[in-house]
Amino acid sequence: MTALIQAEHITHSFGEKIILEDISFTVEQGEVIGLLGPSGAGKTTLVNILTGQLKAREGNVRIRTEGDGSRDPAGITDSARPVKAGKKQLVTGVMMDSLGLYERLSVWDNLRIFADIYRVPVSRIEKLLDRTQLRSARNKTVNRLSKGMRGRVNLCRALLKEADILYLDEPTSGLDPSTIWKIHQLIGEEKQSGTTVFLTTHNMHEAQALCDRIMLLHEGKIVEQGVPRDICARHDSRREIEVTLQNGERHSIPNARESQGILSEWIREEKVRSIHSSEPDLEKVFLEITGRRLSD
Amino acid sequence: MKNIVTIFRKQLKETMRNKEVLIQFLMFPVLAVFMTKSIQIEGMPPNFFVQLFSTMYVGMAPLVSMEAILSEEKEKNTLRVLLMADVTPWQYLAGVGGYVFLFCMLGAGVFCLLGGYGSGEAVLFLAVLGAGILVSMLLGAAIGAGSSSQMAANSVGVPLMLLLSFLPMLSLFNSHISKVTGLVYTEQIRRMLTALGEGEAIGEGLLVIGGSFLLFGGFFVWQYHGSLARDKYLSHNG
Repeated sequence: MTALIQAEHITHSFGEKIILEDISFTVEQGEVIGLLGPSGAGKTTLVNILTGQLKAREGNVRIRTEGDGSRDPAGITDSARPVKAGKKQLVTGVMMDSLGLYERLSVWDNLRIFADIYRVPVSRIEKLLDRTQLRSARNKTVNRLSKGMRGRVNLCRALLKEADILYLDEPTSGLDPSTIWKIHQLIGEEKQSGTTVFLTTHNMHEAQALCDRIMLLHEGKIVEQGVPRDICARHDSRREIEVTLQNGERHSIPNARESQGILSEWIREEKVRSIHSSEPDLEKVFLEITGRRLSD
Repeated sequence: MKNIVTIFRKQLKETMRNKEVLIQFLMFPVLAVFMTKSIQIEGMPPNFFVQLFSTMYVGMAPLVSMEAILSEEKEKNTLRVLLMADVTPWQYLAGVGGYVFLFCMLGAGVFCLLGGYGSGEAVLFLAVLGAGILVSMLLGAAIGAGSSSQMAANSVGVPLMLLLSFLPMLSLFNSHISKVTGLVYTEQIRRMLTALGEGEAIGEGLLVIGGSFLLFGGFFVWQYHGSLARDKYLSHNG
């Protein structure tokens, strides 16, 4: 199967400062892929290159055209160039970190402008207002909305086109927990309907909850990539189980056959309060690899 | 064409809620009506206020409107989002430019009615103002396209707007200023309006207005490619 997005040796710099260095990866159709990294790691620059907003200094990005099933270069298009006649470009939706909403216009007017540009019927706006629970705010001007509601309007606009590929740049950054939960739900629904989602975030819980695969970006380089659980397992150097007993005692025992006896005994005697693996989460993996925290 | 209409409609709704731009369209026509109807001075040339304020209007409203709209859209990233959608830069400029031109011409119509011109003179009056509005729009668009923020645009646009609006008035009262302002297109517009239909005034005026059109057109193309088109959105969708 041909990758939907194929990035090859992407390198980019602003002046002397190298932002991205030799980035290569593929994205398969229907998967949610997360680009995880702290602020300033180069996530937005990579999204800008993938969406054709910025031309990489070196390397290229190929987006498979509709109906193409091979790696034949004729069927692959550079995302920054128009598609040749006879090939239909896949529809992309982009939610940028900067909102770009018309603040003096209502939610409805903001969405209507883009519905007209995308040639989608207004009924699509109605559906999205329901899905994002914005119906009650449809006539409110954007400058009177909370940050969370603006974020949802921004997502609504990205979803207007019924995209094949959805680029979401920090979709939940700075939002309240209930809005984050709602946005996660919407991303899940998009995945269910077969949309490929490229998500950037510095929130490891978001990445772990939503992504099939992740890439850890640090100072413009991909330092680790794969399925979140596999990455965590790979970096579990201790391979221990941490057991807390009812009396408060804590024990670290090897995650191996030799611990079977004592663990079975504690369980039989109902002494166990909790059992945890020493497997690190993505935050710890990132810290171990880079010496920095994701939230930095 | 549909995208141009969409941008035009968007701009219409936006401006109705944007006092800073709306006031540009209304201020001078309202001022001219008020002054013409309320002030009668013996020996004052006919249509003095109409000619003066319509000239100031040409130097101010289209320039400030274009500059404000473009720089705000750049600063707030809405232009970026539009260009990432299926709107080409020229569709955007046609939508916004068409809107500003139409509204400025409505203002010009108010001046024309106020002046009580006959049909031939009215056509000439509107044509002169229309040409001036286009030149000012080009200058405003160039400033807006080349600025990263509204504040940066205003720091260039406001002094220019004041110069272009007030130089024609100052030249009325100071012969020294009058000698050099002949190269300024708004002064030529004032002179053409004062001597509507006189061949000599039209010839010199057309030369300066045409030259300004080319000069600011070139300035706009330079800014467009140097700033707007540097953003990949433009070549991506264009």
